[in-house]
Amino acid sequence: MMTGLSAPDESINNNHEPVLKLENIHKSFGGVVAVEDFSLQLKAGEIVALVGDNGAGKSTLIKIVSGVHSPTGGTILLDGEAVTFADASTARSQGIEVVYQDLALADLQPVYMNLFLGREPVYGPLRLLDRKKMMSETQALVEELDVRIPSAKAIIKDLSGGQRQGVAIARATHWATKLILLDEPTAALGVAETAKVEKIIAGLKARNIAILIISHSLDQVFRLSDRICVLRRGVQIGVKDTADTSKNEIVSMITGVN
Amino acid sequence: MNKLTSLIQWFDPKRYVVYLGFILIFAFFAITLADDGFLTTRNLSNIVLQTAPATIMAVGFVFVLSAGEIDLSFGSITAVSALSAAVIMQEHSMLAGIAAGLGAGLAIGWFNGVMVAYLRLPSFLVTLATLGLFAGIARSMTNLRSIPVVNDTFTGIFGSGSLFGIPSLILWTLGAVIVGHVIYRESRFGAHVLATGDNANAAQVAGIKVPRIRLAVLMASGFCAGLAGLLYAGRIQAAKYTLGESDLMIVIAAVIVGGTALNGGKGSVVGALVGSLMMGMLNNGLILMGLPVSDQMIVRGLIILIAVAISLRDNTR
Ligand SMILES: Nc1ncnc2c1ncn2[C@@H]1O[C@H](COP(=O)(O)OP(=O)(O)OP(=O)(O)O)[C@@H](O)[C@H]1O
Ligand SMILES: [Mg+2]
Repeated sequence: MMTGLSAPDESINNNHEPVLKLENIHKSFGGVVAVEDFSLQLKAGEIVALVGDNGAGKSTLIKIVSGVHSPTGGTILLDGEAVTFADASTARSQGIEVVYQDLALADLQPVYMNLFLGREPVYGPLRLLDRKKMMSETQALVEELDVRIPSAKAIIKDLSGGQRQGVAIARATHWATKLILLDEPTAALGVAETAKVEKIIAGLKARNIAILIISHSLDQVFRLSDRICVLRRGVQIGVKDTADTSKNEIVSMITGVN
Repeated sequence: MNKLTSLIQWFDPKRYVVYLGFILIFAFFAITLADDGFLTTRNLSNIVLQTAPATIMAVGFVFVLSAGEIDLSFGSITAVSALSAAVIMQEHSMLAGIAAGLGAGLAIGWFNGVMVAYLRLPSFLVTLATLGLFAGIARSMTNLRSIPVVNDTFTGIFGSGSLFGIPSLILWTLGAVIVGHVIYRESRFGAHVLATGDNANAAQVAGIKVPRIRLAVLMASGFCAGLAGLLYAGRIQAAKYTLGESDLMIVIAAVIVGGTALNGGKGSVVGALVGSLMMGMLNNGLILMGLPVSDQMIVRGLIILIAVAISLRDNTR
């Protein structure tokens, strides 16, 4: 949230060290190669879309950056420094937030507990949970992002798919300071909800946060992204400036058919 | 809006099954057993005293279930802990005995926990095995003999004593329930236990050390079973391998009826207390009714079945 007020300024950003730099990332599960030799740079305030067919390795790549999987080869650089994430909490402490494809919400817990999962504020010498603070901050956040939920105390399993997605996105935007990874954030959403999420993503860009978004909707990809990176069966086919490419070109890169 | 939803939650009848059942069973016995002394202060306080060990085991069990695991071994832990304390106290001080009893509970809980949390063996199978393993160890520890506990301070603290006129067993019960409740509802640890049982994957990507949580809940269960062992030993002034043997069904029933989900992510320590008292009341009433033991078992089993069925109707998600 510290970068919240700084205006996006391409000329300055372009001179910066990239927020995230992936060099020759490789990942195999046993014998299955999920990602091979993947390289990408992401600057502050830049949106890069990651596209490819099912099983191409997109989610795996996001899980490598978030620390869920460790790569079997290659280097991850954050602000120019090589990092290794032992687990998901290390990446989080660096200001990296993720909206997972399966959302990663605890269904029987209230919205506010999910927003603060693993980072619950406490008070007093007994370090008791500060529910009041969690609830009021949750309320303020969902209002700011226009996520329509019955209340901060609502149980996740009682929410609609769109509302759950809203909670997962709200959580990521609340904590991210550097980089957000979004794995198909609008896959379950209707038209209006999708528009809302895209507005939130545009707002993150304005906060100068780097964004890597996975989407199967090329319309959305062309609406949002600055660059498009194509994966096919774990192989990086190419990275294009969105302004200089077409849907046809991207489709043929995804499918391998001209 | 907020008020409305919390009001609706407040009236959610499922949350009150245990209180309703408690009141119903109480009323039933109060009427039918009015002449058999059910309502005497002495009998009612006896019920609370007798359920003390089961209630304390139930507190630990709430944590285990809430984390998405199960512990079937706590009865055997109770026996080993009570015997350890009694054996040590024959030669050494009371404090050494207490340490041995609680230490045995923690150690067995740790053993269960390591297998479950780090070797990723299913807790159902691990604790089923340790249930048998430690039942055997309890038997061989003293060649089936019972060991008398003659230390008056010990039997006072863990059995017949009282403080400010309140029997020590009630104080232990209250202490365990209050501490358990605060940790469960008001600490980060409690929140992480619930998250782990609810969605271990989500908990893990949120930075919660899931294996550590699994280890901790099984150790907590071992500790509670150990404490229950001390209370048994203090109350009957002896330790025997049979202690805790028959508590498995009662404790599980008390916890489920008390609103804890079988699959984790949801539960209540206070509910478990009320569930445990309800089971104690049931035992007591059936004995006062003069039913033969076989009939007691049948009626108790049926009532537990009904109560659990009602509690679980929508509780397992
Ligand atoms: N934990 C795992 N263990 C073994 N194989 C895995 C694991 N995770 C992913 N894979 C494999 O890696 C490959 C890439 O999967 P991934 O989930 O990254 O695809 P994706 O591009 O996100 O697909 P989708 O569009 O369907 O979400 C697949 O072949 C998958 O089976
Ligand atoms: Mg995926």
